[in-house]
Formats: sequence, C-alpha cells, structure tokens
Amino acid sequence: MRRTLFATTLLLATQAGAETPVLTVYAGDYFTSEWGPGPMIETGFEEICACDLQFATGDLLPRLLLEGERTKADVVIGLTSDVTAKARETGLFTTHGQDNTALTLPIEWTDDTFLPFNYGHTAFIYNETTMDAPPASFDALLDLPDDVKIVIQDPRTSISGLALVLWVQAVYGEEAGDVWKKLAPSILTVTKDWSASYGMFTDGEVDMVLSYTTSPAYHMFAEEDFTKKAAIFPEGHYFMVETVGKIAQTQVPELADAFMAYVLSNDFQRMIPTANWSLPSALPADQWPEGWSQLPLPEKVLFYSEDEAEALKAQAIETWRNALSQ
Amino acid sequence: MAQRAQPIIGKTGIIAGGFVVAVVLLAFIGIAVRADVGRGFGPAEWAAIRFTLVQSALSALISVACAIPLARALARRRFLGRGFLITLLGAPFILPVIVAVLGLLTVFGRSGWVNVVLEAVGLPTLSIYGLHGVVLAHVFFNLPLATRLLLQGWQSIPAERFRLAAQLNLPPKMVQRTLELPLLLQIVPGAAALVFVICLTSFAVALTLGGGPRATTIELAIYQAFRFDFDLSRAALLSFVQLFLAGGAALIALWIIPDIAMSAGLDRELRRWDARGGFQRVQDAAVIALGSAFLLLPLFAIVLAGLYGLPQMPIGVWKTAGNSLGVAVLSIAVLLAVALPMAGWISTRRAGGAEAIGLIGLSASPLMIGTGWFILINPVADPVPLALPVTALINALMALPFALRILVPPMRDVLNTFDRLSRSLGLRGWTAWRWLVIPRLRAQIGFTAGLTGALSVGDLGVIALFADPDRATLPLQMYRLMGAYRTEAAAGAALVLLAMALGLFWLCDKGGRWRAEA
Repeated sequence: MRRTLFATTLLLATQAGAETPVLTVYAGDYFTSEWGPGPMIETGFEEICACDLQFATGDLLPRLLLEGERTKADVVIGLTSDVTAKARETGLFTTHGQDNTALTLPIEWTDDTFLPFNYGHTAFIYNETTMDAPPASFDALLDLPDDVKIVIQDPRTSISGLALVLWVQAVYGEEAGDVWKKLAPSILTVTKDWSASYGMFTDGEVDMVLSYTTSPAYHMFAEEDFTKKAAIFPEGHYFMVETVGKIAQTQVPELADAFMAYVLSNDFQRMIPTANWSLPSALPADQWPEGWSQLPLPEKVLFYSEDEAEALKAQAIETWRNALSQ
Repeated sequence: MAQRAQPIIGKTGIIAGGFVVAVVLLAFIGIAVRADVGRGFGPAEWAAIRFTLVQSALSALISVACAIPLARALARRRFLGRGFLITLLGAPFILPVIVAVLGLLTVFGRSGWVNVVLEAVGLPTLSIYGLHGVVLAHVFFNLPLATRLLLQGWQSIPAERFRLAAQLNLPPKMVQRTLELPLLLQIVPGAAALVFVICLTSFAVALTLGGGPRATTIELAIYQAFRFDFDLSRAALLSFVQLFLAGGAALIALWIIPDIAMSAGLDRELRRWDARGGFQRVQDAAVIALGSAFLLLPLFAIVLAGLYGLPQMPIGVWKTAGNSLGVAVLSIAVLLAVALPMAGWISTRRAGGAEAIGLIGLSASPLMIGTGWFILINPVADPVPLALPVTALINALMALPFALRILVPPMRDVLNTFDRLSRSLGLRGWTAWRWLVIPRLRAQIGFTAGLTGALSVGDLGVIALFADPDRATLPLQMYRLMGAYRTEAAAGAALVLLAMALGLFWLCDKGGRWRAEA
C-alpha cells in the first residue's frame, strides 16, 4: 500500500518528464524464468529503448480471450501458428510492420500480423546407448516391436501433442486412424504436458519421447551429453513456429514497433538457440552458435497454415481419441 | 410448533456456509455471462463421465478398505517414532501430482525398483499403466487421508471405554462390535465420499497412469473445453455435472450415517487391553510395515532424486517458496474462519446434509472457480495482484470438506455431551467457543490447519493462468524448471516442496496436540 502511494506521488510529481514508459509483454510461462530467454531479452531491449520492459506470464491464449479489449498487453510473444487463428479472430492484433524477407525459416512466411521469432520440428528423441535400432522413418516407428515404448502428450492439453496429431495427419491423411491403431501398442502412456513426458524419458521409463528436433541440443551444449538424438524421418517433420504479435490498442505503439524490430535483430536472434533451445527465425545457419549448424535437422518440412490447422484440429484430435480409446 | 432450544453455538455458521456458496455461485455466474452457446455433450463427454465414476468409486473403496486395518494398527500400538511415522505417512496426500507420479514410477514403473526385483527372481513384471495404475496412484494419494481421518476417530473413543471393556473382559471381537464398529459407521461413509470427490476432480494422474485417452476424466474435459477450445459454456456444463456427481455422492454418504452420540471421557491415555495378544501384534506390525513401504518408498525415491538435484537449484526457487508460504498461511486463516463456524452450525443439526456445502468448493473444479473470478474481477480491478489471494481462497475452499470431516464428529460429541452443562452455566456464543469447543478440539484444529497449509503449498492451481513473474509459487517454479530441461533441479525443487509441506503440516499438527495426549 505504501509503495503504491509512493509510486503514485512520484508519478504525479514528475508527470511526463522523467517517467519511463512501460512496455508490457505477455509471454508463455517458461519464458521469464531466470534460465529462459526472458531476462536476456529484457536486458537487451532496455539497453536500446529507454523504457521498462515488463513481462506478464500465464496461459497466453485463454488469458487474451478472457481479457479481450481490457488486455494490458502491448505485445504478445509465444503463440504458435497452430493457435494464431483463434488469436487473430479476437481482432486484438495489428500488423507487425516488419520485413518478412529477413526471415530464414525453411518455409515461406507471408503473415503480416504474426512474426516468427523461433522454430523447431516435432520429433521423437531417443537415447542411443539404450536403443540400438532407432526407427529411420515414420513407417518404421509404426513397426517397432511392442516392447519398445514411447510416450506422447495429449493433444487436448498440450501444444506439442497437438502438433503430433497434425504431423500424423500431414504424413498419412485419411489413414491417420489406422496409423494410431498401429502405434497404440508402442505408446506406453500419454501425459498432460511436455514436461511430464520428458521427465519419464530422462528417467529411463520410456525408450522414446515426443519432443523437438532441438532437444538434443540442450543435452549437447548445456550438459555435454551426446547420447540423446532426434530420429529423423524422410516422410518429413511437422514444423512448429512461435510468433510475436502487436496489440492494436497499445498505448505505446512506437515502443511495440521497436520491440518487433528488436525481435528480428541479430542481438535477439543470437540469444534464441541457447536461451530457448530452439532455432532462430531470422539468422542464417552459418551465424548460429558454434556446433548448432551440425545439429541433424529434417530435410522435408511439413506445415499447416493457421487456417488449415484450425480446420483440421478437431477432427484430427477426434481420430486420435477414437483410435486410442479402443 | 414447539420452540426448540437455541443451540449454544452455530449462528455464524450460516453466514460462513453462505459465503462458500456465494464464492462458487458467483464464479458460475461470471462464466455464464461470458459463455456463448457451444456444442453440447458428445460420446467423448459421456465416456469421460463413465470413466470418472468408475475410477473414483474404485479408488474410494480401496483407499478406505486399506485404511481401516492401517488406522487400527496405528491406533492400538505405541512405538518409538510413531508420531513421526504418522506425519510422514501423510506426505503423499499433499504432493503435487507430477512429483508423486515420478516417485511412483521410480518404484512401480517399467524399469522401477519393484520390477527390477521381480525380474531378478524370475517373476513376471507388472505394469502400472491402465485403470489399475490410476487406482494405485489414487490409493497412494488418499490412503494417508483416510487413515488419518479414521485414526482421529479412533482416538476420539474415550479411554474409559476401553478400560471398561477390559474390566468386563470383553474379547477383541466384542470390543470391535461395541466400540469400533459404531465408530467406523460414523466415519467411513464420509471418508469414502471425500476420497471419491478428490478422485473425481483428478486428471493429470489419471491421464499419465491411465495410459491414454481411455482414461479421460471430467476435469480433463473441463480443462480442454476451457484452455483449448475456449468453450466456456461446455466447461461450465461439465463443471456442473461434476458438482452434481460429487454433491450426490456426498449427500448419500452423509444421509446414511447413523447418528451416534459418544459420551465424554476424561481424556486419559488411550490403552488397548484388548489388543495385547501375540496374533494382533504380528498382524498390526505387518499392516504397518506394508502400508509404510507402499507410502514411503516413492517418497524415498523423491528424496533421493531431490538431494542430487538440490545443488543445481537456482536461487529464484527460494523466492517462490516464500510466495507459496504466504499463500499457505493465508489459506489456513481463511479456512479456519470459514470451517470452524460451519462445523459448529453443522454439528447442531441432526442430519449431515449441510456438510455437502463444504464439498462444493472442491468439486466445482478449481480451474472453473478461478476463471469465473478472473472474469468477475477483470472489469473492476487488475486481477494479477489478486492472483495470490484468490489462489489462497480457492485452496481454502478445497480444504474445507477435509476440515469439516475432521471437525464435525468431535464437535458434535462435545456439544451433545456438554449441552446441558453449558445451558445451566449460560455458556454460549463466543464464550462457548473459547472455553468449551476450541480447547477440546485443539488436536483436530491443528490437524486441519496443517492439512490446509500443506495442500496449499503443493497446489499449482489457478496461478498458472495469470501470474506475473514475481508471483510464481513453488510448484509453478518446479514446472518451469522441468519445462526448461532442468529435470534434476526440478527434482531438487520437489524436495523443497515436500519438506515445506511436511514441515507446515508437522508444525500445525504438533501445535494442536501440544501437551495433549493423542
């Protein structure tokens, strides 16, 4: 209470003069922890903006939908392309005003509202010391002996689980239902979120876990553990991209624009690999941190635009549920 | 109609009960205001309702069935470290789901300790996944609660009764029938209803150990409707179904409780002359050993992993631990302010139907209450600074049914026993609370406070929806660590969480029983 009073007095006394403008950025929960990318981004941006960048975390989309016009966000960072259709529908966002040709994504990106800041691909991760014959294709994954167990995430509660059902949809289309039935004996269990699945993998409970192509990078560069590998499938991998968007009714439009520009800057992009353990969206591979360009990545990339994803989502989840409920 | 004598306490209880109903009702209204007409129930929702009922009923039956011998063994034995063991046995109940699941997997998982032993001796290995896995996990969570509830009941039998039984030389069978059975009838239905409701609202454990979409609970469907489809009307409808099932179960359980009055004893040390036989000794020792192994091995696994991860834990964890502690203390305060008057009110009524009010906070889905209040608060104030108080309030509501289950039976006994005396002394209202009720219920109040604090510390709750970085709680921080591949540091945070929950519980519980024999 006293602090609020003090702050208010200060604010009234100084008026616009020395007042530092505040940029409020909504971000996913993992983002702002001290080992996440948030603190580095905050320091980096505050050095150039003469402003105070404040993160607010939580469940991004539900929070935006609940707050609607009353949202305090100026910028929203972390929505994946599988949910941006719903975010766009709110009418809260405006164009990002950046040049998309700066992007170095493996796919073409023309969206003028949601600007990608990183990417990765959905992939199954295994430990090469315990798994002698990892599947070399999606078909091979379906034919794994029943005693090889994988863990996946529920598409109804996690973004990575949703990416998996869309991945299967992209590779197998109409046959998705049969594919799930074929895979069912290998699925040890399904977890609510990525964290629980990955914990089961690192504890040795399962042989493979649904994660991202960049997961081995964490083990390699943070732990010097080179045993974790992503199985690369020639059928292609589903592409996951996280975006940043500007709120139309922001009170600090110039600051928001400056932030959008900062996202594409070399300074920001260089942080992404080791702070977010994913691939930067606007940095050529030869400028990635040492060793990163050697990371095995899929040659073929599968992707649904947000409209395609939105249209396919419900049916793909239903197919998954029906096949695995039997 | 003849004028009934006014009960000596209980008036404020109606206000407290009204408060609870209002909190839940307003949350529903908040959601209803924002809800569009969504799609109704499909086969998926019906399957979720069926699965929820089956797993909750099985979990409740098995938890209580296992708790009876364990509570009896603990009630009639005195041994070194008994109090410590009882506190420790309570730990699984307050563990965050993900911590408990990892602990269970270390012991019962595919490459877990049990399977390693089974394999070594050439026996077939067992799988923890499927309906039996869900039930196993729920028994792990709820056996401690059921045991403690029964134990409290056992300890409420006046020692003089057992002395009398011994003087009359009643055989153990007769002691069971005359002293223990009435007590069981009084406590078991309520305990079972409580476990049923807790299991009703579980979803992460059901999903992970259930093996997949077959193990979909109503709460998962609520989560999906809300966070993924943003279909508020379906979420509200599902919450309503959950509330209806939980409320129904509670009402049935509370109605069939026979009204038993226990007359007062002199609170002497509880000695059991009927259980001195060698056979009973062996039996009790075996039950305690088995129960302890089941409940403590996964805890041991968590401690082992945590000790290893502790040095890697970032400093920020301690700040979030402070936030969690604040939430816990606030929860305890809110809970006692609501639960004590409510328990007083319920105790003065004959039928236990009013106790069902206590269950609505737990069964209405905390996610739903939090969201409803977010919608209500948002137009008038910034909900973010209120995130921690709202979390504390929701935690208190979730602990309310446990509190009532613990407080009501002994309070009823106290009121029945001392009713005439209090009237002739003119003891009523606050004075009755001060001199009669609270001193006699110290143990139960301490236990209740400990349980609330511990539950609150371990709850992830609604904070995940709208916390700013400064308001993270310890469980949230643990999830963040896991989300950032820091599995070992997360295990360290889990250990801190376990220690905090146990510490809070022990402090309150011990405080309540200080200088009281129980």
